Parts: sequence; structure tokens; C-alpha cells
Amino acid sequence: MSTRSLNSKLLLSTAALIVGGWLGSGPALAQDKVLRAVMHADVRTLDPFWTTQTIAGIHGLMVYDTLFSSDINLDPKPQMVDTWTVSNDRKIYTFKLRDGLKFHDGTAVTSKDVVASMNRWAKRDGAGKQLMGFTASLVARDAKTFVWTLTEPYGLLIDILAKTGTSIPFVMREKEALVDPMQQIQEVVGSGPFSFKRDEWVPGSKAVYVKFKDYVPRKEPASGHAGGKVVKVDRVEFIWIADPQTAQAALAAGEIDYLENPSIDFLPALRSTAGVKVEVHPAAGTMGIIQLNHLHPPFNNVKARQAMLYLLSNADYLNTVSADKALQTLCFSYFGCNVSMETDAGSEPYKGAKDPAKAEQLFKEAGYKGEPITILHATDHQYINPANLVMIQQLRKSGFLKLDVQAMDWGSVVSRRAKKEAPAQGGWNIFITGTTVLTSSSPVTHTSIGMGCDKAWFGWPCDKRFEDLRKEWAFAPDLATRKKLAVELSKRAYDQVPYISFAQWRNPVAYRSDRLSGVQTMPSIPAMWNIEKK
Amino acid sequence: MTIATLDVTMVLPARSRWWDWTRRNPTIVIGCVILMFFFVVALIAPLLAGDPLGFDPLNRLKGPSADFWFGTDQFGRDVYNRVIYGTRVSLIVGVSVALVATAFGVVVGVLCGYYRRVDDIVMRVMDGLMAIPAILLAIALITLMKASLLIVIVAIAIPEIPRVVRVVRSVVLTVRGLPYIEAAVAAGTRNLVIIGRHILPNTVAPLVVQATYVCASAILTEAGLSFLGAGTPPEVPSWGNVISSGRTYFQLSPWIIFFPGLMLAIAVLAINLVGDGLRDSLDPRIARRM
Amino acid sequence: MTAYIIRRLLATIPVMVVVAIFVFLLLHLTPGDPAAVIAGDDATPEAVDGIRTKLGLDQPIHVQFGIYAANLLRGDLGTSIFSNLPVLTLVKQRLEPTLVLAASTLVMAVLLAIPMGVLAAWKARTFIDRLVMGFSVLGFAVPGFLVGYLLIYVFAIELKWLPVQGYRPLSQGIDQTARSIILPALALSMAYMALIARMTRASMLDVLSQDYIRTAKAKGVATLIVLLRHALKNAAVPIVTVIGIGLTLLISGVVITETVFNIPGLGRLTVDAILKRDYPIIQGLIILFAGAKVLVNLLIDISYVFFDPRIRY
Repeated sequence: MSTRSLNSKLLLSTAALIVGGWLGSGPALAQDKVLRAVMHADVRTLDPFWTTQTIAGIHGLMVYDTLFSSDINLDPKPQMVDTWTVSNDRKIYTFKLRDGLKFHDGTAVTSKDVVASMNRWAKRDGAGKQLMGFTASLVARDAKTFVWTLTEPYGLLIDILAKTGTSIPFVMREKEALVDPMQQIQEVVGSGPFSFKRDEWVPGSKAVYVKFKDYVPRKEPASGHAGGKVVKVDRVEFIWIADPQTAQAALAAGEIDYLENPSIDFLPALRSTAGVKVEVHPAAGTMGIIQLNHLHPPFNNVKARQAMLYLLSNADYLNTVSADKALQTLCFSYFGCNVSMETDAGSEPYKGAKDPAKAEQLFKEAGYKGEPITILHATDHQYINPANLVMIQQLRKSGFLKLDVQAMDWGSVVSRRAKKEAPAQGGWNIFITGTTVLTSSSPVTHTSIGMGCDKAWFGWPCDKRFEDLRKEWAFAPDLATRKKLAVELSKRAYDQVPYISFAQWRNPVAYRSDRLSGVQTMPSIPAMWNIEKK
Repeated sequence: MTIATLDVTMVLPARSRWWDWTRRNPTIVIGCVILMFFFVVALIAPLLAGDPLGFDPLNRLKGPSADFWFGTDQFGRDVYNRVIYGTRVSLIVGVSVALVATAFGVVVGVLCGYYRRVDDIVMRVMDGLMAIPAILLAIALITLMKASLLIVIVAIAIPEIPRVVRVVRSVVLTVRGLPYIEAAVAAGTRNLVIIGRHILPNTVAPLVVQATYVCASAILTEAGLSFLGAGTPPEVPSWGNVISSGRTYFQLSPWIIFFPGLMLAIAVLAINLVGDGLRDSLDPRIARRM
Repeated sequence: MTAYIIRRLLATIPVMVVVAIFVFLLLHLTPGDPAAVIAGDDATPEAVDGIRTKLGLDQPIHVQFGIYAANLLRGDLGTSIFSNLPVLTLVKQRLEPTLVLAASTLVMAVLLAIPMGVLAAWKARTFIDRLVMGFSVLGFAVPGFLVGYLLIYVFAIELKWLPVQGYRPLSQGIDQTARSIILPALALSMAYMALIARMTRASMLDVLSQDYIRTAKAKGVATLIVLLRHALKNAAVPIVTVIGIGLTLLISGVVITETVFNIPGLGRLTVDAILKRDYPIIQGLIILFAGAKVLVNLLIDISYVFFDPRIRY
């Protein structure tokens, strides 16, 4: 018996060695400095314009560069752009690119690449579409200069180009930029500080980036996504660990160096682990959204929507979704807290104790007769699932609402929320999702707050006055005016209730401070340059 | 051994016969007692426990205490309530899968044993079905349809059917060739009667044994499916569900998976004991092979 | 004998055809719109239609099947919707961890379980027998992922002897690979060991009661030699059978174990694809797994000829 199994063991291990040798993987040299990070998702698509998922932006920021970037205070600063001038009527912007910008294939970055990239990006991004709506022309004047001519003095051009949340306007080669935005690009060639090692990419498991030696960083020190992007390691590996507990254990054991999205419940354990640091940017956070369907009863009537504000209490959600009190933000601002547009104007009636009696009265006035309210309950999502459970319990407690809870996975919610039919015919009344505080901090980038009727996001809120105010905000000449308009917008939002924010909480990152230095914590997308590893 | 027992027990009063049988087959008895306990718990669940879905965010992740016998989970739900109600669901899944697989298996197996052409085609289909890994088939079916208890039962049952078909088919083929069956056919007895009176009774013994294993395997499979995210929907607490929702808190709050895990292991053990015992006592020849 | 092998080989063809048809039907007849899921969050209806056309999902079903079958015969298992990589490439990337895991599990299970079964058979009906059998049944009753988490907790987190997660490829050194594969293989082999130990015991008991064994013992041959040389060899057929049957367990177990230990293998690839609705990967992998299983069964059937000269074909 022993001989036979010994033989088979020998055979099997030899076979494995041969196979392993043939497949090959990970030719990192022993002396390479490798930064191992676990993000909140795996890098599964390589085209940062094709999807609005944040992970695409994380991948994008590694290999591509941007015209402008946001610094640690979220102010826009030039990145690829060297100098620029604005005409007196604020309609013509002339940009000049920096010297020495190169793509990973060695070719120089020219304004033709920029123009093509901006056009492709704008076709898939909401803010980009709006920007292009005000654009008369975007042309390359010479290899380093391009001119952006607007039809009106839209004040947000540079802010939008410095976007740092989702759908970042990256610059790719003209070749890729001319690919149909509905299709994915095939090659990953950018001008960013890292190049993508495609042959080592294992979708669902690992993505590898190496330092791009010909990258010319800016002279300023790194600040957020702005300043000089100096890469101080040789390799960065994004490892995907689906189980948050395993990820936390791996960080504690030193098998990884950086964990982008540690689960809140493990923070005490991480904080008490020697060599691990937990950090959070004040504006880094998630805003939970309860989206209502404005097309069908009962929420097509504003009274029913307002009634919800008297029923749903933030505290319950916060304690379930983000139990760490230090990270909770009891925030009543539609634009997020700890950002420049923060305002809770209009929220006074809802801040106090909940009033189910008033809610019931409002529902009656809205004509609610006890029809079931269809809720799309995503059961597989980290915070959407618990938020749904809390909301269902709160609505049930009210006593007078009838619910029709449809449990499904997030993908199915995504399909079904696009349907405009009545709930009984495959539509919906409520679904829960979230956005980043970052995205919501600007009325222009905040997709879910738009009330453009059928041009709006799912839920199709409809209010002309709100949209007019939003447009005014975009054209405001200075920050003070914008803040005043934000207050008006907030009041109108609380009056019309496009959606309901159920909670805001901050998302910290955790990393091995005994090995890494120079970590810049940014909301939404971490920067992997400037980090040194011992 | 069987003959010897018959001799002695024929003259003994009934009660002693039971006692003797119990002593000779302790495993079946222990298994049955445990299962009986679970069935009772499942039946009177509302009397034993409160609302399995109600939760209280202020009492998250509390360990076992006088208020919460099995502790609370990350939503503040009472694990004890969920485990008690979960008994119902897990048992329902196990028993239903066994029944569904057996019922379909018998019908298909008899058809195959009887009609040659059906046999050729269907057995190829059964082979194909058996080639596909059961868990992948189950996940695929469950994710592609709307999640519900019924779909879970069907998805787990389908890969079990080929095995039952094989057992039934071999019995049918064996019995059909026996002389007294040929005589019955010659005498003009209808097929259905032959099936009902002669063939089916012979399938009972191996099927019962097979069914217990299917039941145990179904309960385990449901736990595995819940773990992967494709099991019973969350409003329907089953042991597998509770374990899987608590797995990310294994280090912090091990009680969330310890208690349902314990119940699961004991139930599966008990079912296996019953199955083994039945197999050993119903046919000593089978005891030597699987 | 060659005729038998050829006949068995040919018999696998209709099985694979059934599998291919079944897999196709599974994905095309179940409700749900893959195009909408893929198009993602803010896709317009035109974008969804565009993707549907690109995937060929708007063609009539028999046309789709024709394309699918033709591709299969050419060895083209399709292209992943999300990553745009061919399924075969993805399989090649993930093959090593799964193979190493499966092989290690097989070896570990056989090496541990057969002696257990032999021991139990030798000391039949004693305390040792009940202990061994009890332990093996426990291995079957406790779900694999629980065993996995327990092992991680004890050996990786508390004792810090072994890594918490992940797989170190063979190119990094076989000792690294071994370290990262011990716990997963152990977790996976539990149920398998239970099966093999029981079958070994049953089979051995069967053989041990035969006349020629009694003769050997009467002749004075040492019990150990009797056990190993005579009994085990003759008990091999059913043991090998159960190893083959257990391969099913292995595949289901691989899926769960790879998820628990974060091993980038085929099992996890399939589960991820199913949950994300990446249809080409699902199709390709189910067919691949089925094919592997059919192949293993074939090999086992053929190996019977070598084990048991009484079997004639």
C-alpha cells in the first residue's frame, strides 16, 4: 500500500510542479518593495469609463493621470495641466500641458489624446454630459495646448475635471479614447505613475501594478490626489479577500499592508493590534439613500414623501450599519457633512422625535388607502441589506402601512429599479442604495438628488424649481453665492423630498503603520503613490 | 443471525422483543430519539421562542446571557429564536428533498426498468446530470430563479434524483427477471399491479436507507449554499442561514455560529445513525457494501 | 480489454452532449436579464439593448445553441463578460491552486483514512473501532466551512503557525505552497476521510471473514502481514470506488474551502461567476467540471481491470 500511494504522491507532486512551472506567476524579485493592498472590491473591469463602480476609479487612478486633481482639502489643483488662462467672459479656457508627460508605451501625451479622452468620458458620466451640454467646442490647438469653449459661463469646468469620486476624467491614448463608450477598451495604456501588469492579472483575485519609471511627477509635495505623484515602492498588488474577517486577520497577521474598507465591527480589534493604524478623512463617508418612486402612488404625492421623514429615524440605521460611535455622523444635510456645501436648512420639523401619527395623517391626505408598498430588498450587500431590515421594521411599526418586500440580490435590484411600470406590474416603490459623501457634496455631481423628471436618476423625482436652482448653482460666480444657493436647494429638497438619507457614516482605512509611511487618506479613492515601505 | 433471532423472539412476549431489538440496535434508537426531539422542537417552535426576525440594534453582538440564551447577532437578533425556528426550516428542507428525490426517482426508475427505449435515453440524461457537480447546479438554479424555500428544495433535490433512479432501476430489473413475475405476466396481470404488489415493496428497504442519507446531505448542502450566498432567503431562518450570516463574526462572536452549528451536526449525526442502523438491520448483505 | 476501454470512451460522448445541452438550457431558460445586470447602474435602455446584441442574446434560441455548440467543439469555452478574457485563460490561471488543493486533499485523506479503516476493522466492535468510526462520522456531519474557520482560528490566528489565507504558488517554493495548503486540505479532507475510512472498514471486514484469511492466520502468518498483503489488496476495488464517488464531495468541498481560505482556484471562480451572472464562465466551468468527473470515472473503471482479475469485460 505504501509504495503505491508513495508513487502516486510522487507522480502528483511532479505533475503539480510541471504544471506550476508552465503556468508561472508572480516573478517578484526578493529585493522588490511590494505593497499589498485589499480594496473593497476586486478589479474586474479595466475600462474606467465603462462602469461607474468605484473600484474602476481606483484602478484608473493607478495607471492614468488627470488634467486636474483634488488635494487633501478637496480643492482642485492642476495635475497634467501646467498653465491655463480664462477669457474675461469666463467662456474660453486655454490649457497648456506639462512637459515630459509620457504614456506607458513611450509615446508623448498630446492634446489630441486629451480631447478624445474627454469626449469619451463625457458620454458615460452625468456631470460630464452636463458639461458637454454647455460646451461649444473642445479642440487641440497644438501638441501641448487645447481650448475648451463654453456656451455659457459655466463655473464648474475645473471642479468637474478635478473630480475625485467616481467617473474620473482620465486621459488615455487617442487610440483607446476613440473606442465606442459602450464597449470596453482592450488595452490598458495610461500616463499615470503605475503601469498595469496585465499578464499577472487574475480577475477576482489579484491585480498587479509596477512603478512607471518614466513618470515625471510635479514638483509640489503630494496632497490628496494633487501634487507630485512620487512612487516609492516597486510593485503594488491589489489582493481580493471577500470575507472582511479574513481580510482583517490577514492585516493583523501582516500578510497584507493596507485594507481599504475594514468592517466597522473589527475596528476595535484592529486599533488594539500593534503596528496597525486606523485613519479616516473627515469627508470620507457613505450617505445612505432611501430612494422613492415618484411615478406611482403613494410616493407620487409629496405629502406621502414628507410623511416618511416623520417615520424613519436615523439613529437605528447608524447603530446597525456602523456601530462605531466615533464614525457615525448624525447629519441632516442633503449635501453631506464636513464639506463646503453642508447645510441642514429645512430639516427642522424632522429633527426631533418621530411622529407616526402625523405620518399617518399625511399619508391619508396623500390618498393612501392601504395599497402594498413594494420594497426591493437587496440581501447580499454589506450595508444595504441591514439598512433594508431596519427600514422594514420601522415601517411595520408604524402600523398603518402595508408592505410587499421583494428579496433579491443587488444585481436584480439594479435591473428592476430601471422599470417605470407600476409596482404591481414589475416596478417598485422603494429601494435602498448609497452614495459617497464626496459625490453628494456637489449639487451637480450628486446624481440622486437631481429632479429632472424623466431625465433624472431612478425614482424620477420631478421639480422644475429645484432644477433651476441647481443650474443657478452651477453658474454661480463665487463660493459665497454657491453656499447661499445650497441653502435654498436644501430647503426645497426637504420640501419636495427627492429621496431620504437614512444615515451618514465614515469609512476608515487601516494599514500597517509599522511598515508604511506617507499614506494619504482621501475620501473614496486611496492614493498608492508617496507611500514608502520599510 | 436473522433466523436465530426469529426462533427465540417468537415465543417471547412483545415487550421483551422490543427491548432485545433495542439492545441489538442502539444506534437506531439513539438516532430516532434525537430526531424525535428535533421534530418536537420544530412543531412547537412558537411556544418555545419569540420572533426570529425582530431585532434591536442596541443589543448587537451580545454574548449568551439570561436575556439572550444563545446571544445576539450583528443586528441584535436573538440567536436562540432563530435557531429554534431554524429547526423547522432545516428539517423541512431535509425531509422535502428526501421525499421529492425519492418520489421522482421511483417514477423514473420504474419507467426505466420497464421500458427499454425510455431507459436508454433517460439513463444518459441521468449520467449527464450526475456529472455536473451538485453544488454548482444548485447554486446556478437558485441564483437564476427568484430565491425561495421551494426553489432551494428543488435545486438540492435534482442532483439527488439520479442516485435514487439507479437504486430503483436495479431492483426493477432484478425482480422483473424472476420466474414468478414471468408467471404473473403470462397470467395476464396488469403492469401496474405487478409494480405495486411485487416490485415496489422490494424497493422500500434500500430506498428508506437512501432517503435518510439524502436528508442528511440536503441539510448540509443547504448550509453550504447559505454560506456561499445562495441558500434560503434571509426572512426564512435556517441553521445554515444563521451560521452563514454569523460567519464574518466568528472571531468576535463565535456563539452566532456555534449554536446552530452544534444543532446541525447533532441532527446530521442522528440521521446518519438511523440510516446506518436501518441499513445494517434491514439487509445484512447490504451492510457489507455501500 | 482494449475494446472495453474504447467502448467506455465512446459512452462518455452522449453524457457530455447531455451536459452541454443541460447547461445551455439552464442559462437560457431561467428568468433574469444578463444584459441589464451587465450594463450596470445608470445604463439607458439603448445601452442595455446594445449589450444584448453584442452578446448575441437577441438571436433565436436555436441559433444561439448552434453557435454555442460550434464553439465548444472548437475548444472555445467563451469569453468572460466582465473581464473580457477567454474562459480558458481564466481556467489556466486558476488551475494550479485547485489541482494542488485537490491532490493534497486526496493524498491526505487516503493516507489518514485507510489506516484508520484498517485499524477499525482489525479491532472491530471494540472501543477503538467505535472511536475511529465516531470521529469519522463527525467529519461528515460538521459542515466544511465550520471546520475551516475553526482551523484558521486555532492554527493561524492563535498559534500563528500557518498563514491566515491565500495560496502561495509553487513557483515561490514548495515549502511555501505546503504551508498555505495544509489547513485547506485538512478542512476539505474531513468528509472525504469519513467516507474512505468507513468503506475501508466495511470492505476489510468483508474480506477478513473469508476462508483464505483464516488459512493464512492458521498458517501462522503475522496479523499485520495478513492485513496488508492479503486483505487490503482484495479490498481495493470498493475502496477505489468510494474514492471515485468521493470526488463529487471534493468538487463541492473545493468550492467552499476556496472561499473560506481565499484560494484563487476554479471553485471560487465558478461561484463568483454564478453570483455575478458571468454566463460564459458558468457554462464553460460546469462543462469542464463535468468532463473532469466523467474522465475520472472512466479511469477508475479502467483501473478495476488491474485491481481485480476476476472482472471480465
